[in-house]
Amino acid sequence: MTTFDFMGKRKIAAAVSIALVCVSIGSVIFLGVNRGLDFTGGVRVELGFDTAVTAEEVRALLTDAGYTEGVVQNLGSETEVLVRMPPLPGVDQSELGDQVVDAVRSGFGDVTQRNLEFVGPAVGEELTEKGGLALLVALGVVMFYIMWRFTGKFAVGAVAALVHDVIITVGAFSVFQWTFNLPELAALLAVIGYSLNDTIVVSDRIRENFRSVRRGTPFEIINQSLNQTLGRTLVTSLTTLLVLVVLLIVAGDQISGFATALTIGVVVGTYSSIYVAANVLLAMGISKQDLALPEREGADEAN
Amino acid sequence: MPGFFGGPNRGRRGAPSRIAPWRYVVFAMVVTLGGLYAAPNLFPPDFALQITVDNSDRDLTPEFLADLAYELEAGGIPIIGTEVSDQGGLIRVSDANDQLQAGALLQERLNPLGEERQFVIAFNLASTTPEWLRGVGAEPMTLGLDLRGGAHFVLQVDMEEAVSKRLADEVEKIKDMLREERIRYRSSDNAVQGNTLSVSFVTPQLRDRAIEVIEDEFRQPDYVLETVDVGGRPGFVITVQDAKLREIESSAIEQNLTGLRNRINQLGVAEPLVQRLGRARIVIDLPGVQDSAEAKRKIDKIANLEFRLEAAANDRPSEIEQWPYEGRTVDLNKRVILTGDHVTHAAQGRDPDSGLPQVDIKLDSRGGEMFHEATAPNIGRRMAVIFIEHKSVMKAEIVDGERQPVHETREEKRVISLATIRAALGYNFRITGLSVREAQELAFLLRAGALAAPMYIVEERTVGASLGEENIERGMIAVAIGFALVLAFMVVYYKVFGLIANVALTLNLVILVAVMSVLEATLTLPGIAGIVLTVGMAVDANVLIFSRIREELKSRPPAQAIPAGYDRAFLTILDANVTTLFVALILLTIGSGPIAGFAITLSIGILTSMFTAIFGSRLLVHLIYGRPRVERVWI
Repeated sequence: MTTFDFMGKRKIAAAVSIALVCVSIGSVIFLGVNRGLDFTGGVRVELGFDTAVTAEEVRALLTDAGYTEGVVQNLGSETEVLVRMPPLPGVDQSELGDQVVDAVRSGFGDVTQRNLEFVGPAVGEELTEKGGLALLVALGVVMFYIMWRFTGKFAVGAVAALVHDVIITVGAFSVFQWTFNLPELAALLAVIGYSLNDTIVVSDRIRENFRSVRRGTPFEIINQSLNQTLGRTLVTSLTTLLVLVVLLIVAGDQISGFATALTIGVVVGTYSSIYVAANVLLAMGISKQDLALPEREGADEAN
Repeated sequence: MPGFFGGPNRGRRGAPSRIAPWRYVVFAMVVTLGGLYAAPNLFPPDFALQITVDNSDRDLTPEFLADLAYELEAGGIPIIGTEVSDQGGLIRVSDANDQLQAGALLQERLNPLGEERQFVIAFNLASTTPEWLRGVGAEPMTLGLDLRGGAHFVLQVDMEEAVSKRLADEVEKIKDMLREERIRYRSSDNAVQGNTLSVSFVTPQLRDRAIEVIEDEFRQPDYVLETVDVGGRPGFVITVQDAKLREIESSAIEQNLTGLRNRINQLGVAEPLVQRLGRARIVIDLPGVQDSAEAKRKIDKIANLEFRLEAAANDRPSEIEQWPYEGRTVDLNKRVILTGDHVTHAAQGRDPDSGLPQVDIKLDSRGGEMFHEATAPNIGRRMAVIFIEHKSVMKAEIVDGERQPVHETREEKRVISLATIRAALGYNFRITGLSVREAQELAFLLRAGALAAPMYIVEERTVGASLGEENIERGMIAVAIGFALVLAFMVVYYKVFGLIANVALTLNLVILVAVMSVLEATLTLPGIAGIVLTVGMAVDANVLIFSRIREELKSRPPAQAIPAGYDRAFLTILDANVTTLFVALILLTIGSGPIAGFAITLSIGILTSMFTAIFGSRLLVHLIYGRPRVERVWI
């Protein structure tokens, strides 16, 4: 077992966490999140060409056809082009995608429509609301479950860690202006699930040690618990990161944002289960009295 | 729970743990069933063309299919096989591209232009599951649209329009009843406002008589009737109550669903899905559909019909409207005898005597009565069929510098036929005097016509079949590589226990796939990501147990350390997984389609990984290390 003095570095860790959270919030406020089609509404078309084309050629063609707004870019290879359009005034939204495809076909002949997505503005708005609500509900449910299984202080610690992870993951998307779409929202919820898993394992050990270790300050007990769980924390994070990196490299563009969000989330989540949750516990002055309930649950663990 | 997973009959100090035989039996059964029901997924489905008879007299015989296959092969498309099933004929090809080409060739070959459609040709996936597996009900997982290609639409039903249309019908009903009783009312253009309808009269006495006539039809709790002055005249206002409004909305959606299903059947799609989504939306999944623009033209149009008499010489001018028809103008009576809402069936046919095209129409009972009453006194006059098309579009407008969605409904009406009434018409009648093409169109529109409310598309996602194929391929490679890396890591790090964990992980994957297949869950690309993630995270339970055993081994002999490790890790694993499960279930509520696929795989994966890690791996560990005197444990 390692004997690393985790809690000795807790002030540095707290400073790092606070700084990252501040940068993230600042970035979200000033740069904003680059919300994707699912949230903003609009049209997204992926086109496949027989020969190599540049995004500029396609853009020029679309501009001539009157589509001055929107983004055109090559996607992966030179024969694939992605066109994104915001809701355009005066055009039937559900037909905009078809019109774009027709316009490109008129200039380039045989073009395959690989993918077409259209989301109405109202649907996007609803999803934004629903997504935000889902995050809050998830945090709320988790908090009550931990209050029930552990104590209020653990619940505060766990939720603090989760909020920390979510903010930093969103912050990274904001700083780098990566597109945030529905899969990324799903990833965010998966991050909550993952980070929570980690936090609970650590909390569980802290609780157990508070009950079984006779001597030692809370500071020492938490340090000992973190060291005991360190091996497991790292192995699990490592295997999860392993598969995420594979997803990131192999699974293609449609999953890359999702895998990126999860990768960041897992790294931050691993860190937060060590530093944020435990740090909050210590800051709130956790003591043996908080955990003295040797009845039902004690029977399982006192063996 | 600890009893089930952990084992209450752990031996006393120093004695090896014992494991009840039923645990082995349960485990063996789960593994066998898991293997059996996961197996069909090893046989990837073929791309296929599904052919069903539409108007042709020909039967789909195996010989006929073989001929078609021969022609396709001559056209350079390799054919894997043909078969005739209860779903029609199937021609299997090797990839999405061949499917597309073969579809075009068959269309040309079987459905010559300008004739009515002989066969429906749909893109489908054909199962390759062996007979013996199908015999026990084992089928592969359903593939989502992002993996097999197809079109997904979400339509918003214009509920306000649906309600006001229905209330306008109610006003007509009231007027009919009053006419029958010869009670004079004042016509008004704005009888329907929001959820109220009003009628006014010249005198209070007329109003009171009118109320007596109609109050049985409009009673509480569905309606509240109040006597008030309408526009300074005595009248009454009927307010439709919320419960009744919900009912009207529901029936409007149901009617639209039926209409949409009819239309989609006309499109020729294999295994389409048309479902209500929430209060006012309808979701449509069309697997295998490549040309979404064509599909859209067919589904988001709302059509209805009106039957009206041609104006007679003695009609008052105020009752006559002029309509263009075939390049000239016809005078029609304003009164609508019947609308397409009452058509239950319409088919294109030919007059047996003359061989001329006609459309056979069946009406519901109310429609039949109304039609009979209207046509019996008017034999010899001509009746017009007016086709009404609503098209609801959503546009964006700039309002105060911001984009706002604006809805707009366009209505187009045209006379599509004008034919002489030969006899009093009832529930069944036919419309003649049309060309083959017109008859075909009219039959389609009549069948498809009865939609209660305008709809507009609010979401569309179309994935080409080749992209779907690519998605599956990449997803599967990701699962394979991710899985292999995790297995390798576990062996290096935990040695013998790593191997045990690997067996548990593999079983987990097998059972996960089996459960998803049995539940007929849909596999999507995010779903595959969910499987990969499950593989990475499922290690956790084993890791927790093993690191616990490692710790226990410092102070105890293996025979005690192993069960202690399992027991102590159990509650931790349970807590950690239950919370993750909560989050996965919450995720299930926000997304439909691909994201729901992710949430489902994640949820099932959490449950199966708990089973294999705690229940399964423990049995395996016991098999290897269950002897009384184990000196050394490779962990």
